[in-house]
Amino acid sequence: MLSSIGQQYCFKKYDEHTSMNQKEIAKLLNARIIAGEAGEDMDYEFAFASDLMSDVLTIDTDSLILITGLANLQAIRTAEMSDISCIIVVRGKKATEDMVQLAIENKMTLIECDFTMFKTSGILFNAGLKALY
Amino acid sequence: MQFEYKIQGGDFANAGTASSNVKKVLKQINVDAKIIKRIVVALYEAEINVCAHAFLGKVMVNITPEKIEIDVIDKGPGIQNIDLAMEEGFSTASPAVREMGFGAGMGLPNIKRNTDEMQIESEVNKGTSLRFVNYLISSI
Repeated sequence: MLSSIGQQYCFKKYDEHTSMNQKEIAKLLNARIIAGEAGEDMDYEFAFASDLMSDVLTIDTDSLILITGLANLQAIRTAEMSDISCIIVVRGKKATEDMVQLAIENKMTLIECDFTMFKTSGILFNAGLKALY
Repeated sequence: MQFEYKIQGGDFANAGTASSNVKKVLKQINVDAKIIKRIVVALYEAEINVCAHAFLGKVMVNITPEKIEIDVIDKGPGIQNIDLAMEEGFSTASPAVREMGFGAGMGLPNIKRNTDEMQIESEVNKGTSLRFVNYLISSI
């Protein structure tokens, strides 16, 4: 049986969409911003979680965060081509120096997070970020 | 304006260099951001394809006030069945390419989706020639 708290929770998470900046995101995820000076004023409304860059390249949405466990240069390149300006690297993966440099060159925010992709997505969804579909 | 870039098969560290440069040029000449995105996503998919499958390749870009024409020509194994390669989900990519986040069989269909005109020709054991065109003036 679904409790009233559960029902309220479900209602709340679908009803209260919001936008967030990089500092709010990092705080929620207990994560580290390792590049992001250029994106301090950016607000994000949507998030997309994938390790498959082929799928990321099919997205046509602005104001998007990419949540990925893929810590390589192609994750940054894919974000660059897709006009994605914030990437959260999950599962404790470390961004390489090349990744950080390319992110800075493209004025992107790069965040390292120790949580799983599922937990990261759940926290951000519950906080009001929207799914694409 | 004309530009040419080389692509080395397997060199994933530099895959995307041509797309990145073309994006900068198109921004400088004030092309609409949505049109730029379609062009560079198509070109990036094409660069990844050459990196993943061919020995070497080149990208030739011709920009006029009306349109951008891009040729991506490679020397490599070619494509045995182009109709099959155009189907979403069909891929012959290696496990190494899949670990890079690609090889899901989305490349050619996504190039078609993001371009106004697209032609592809291939000869097995010789290589593949891809040509696509995007118009730079939004019809909206």
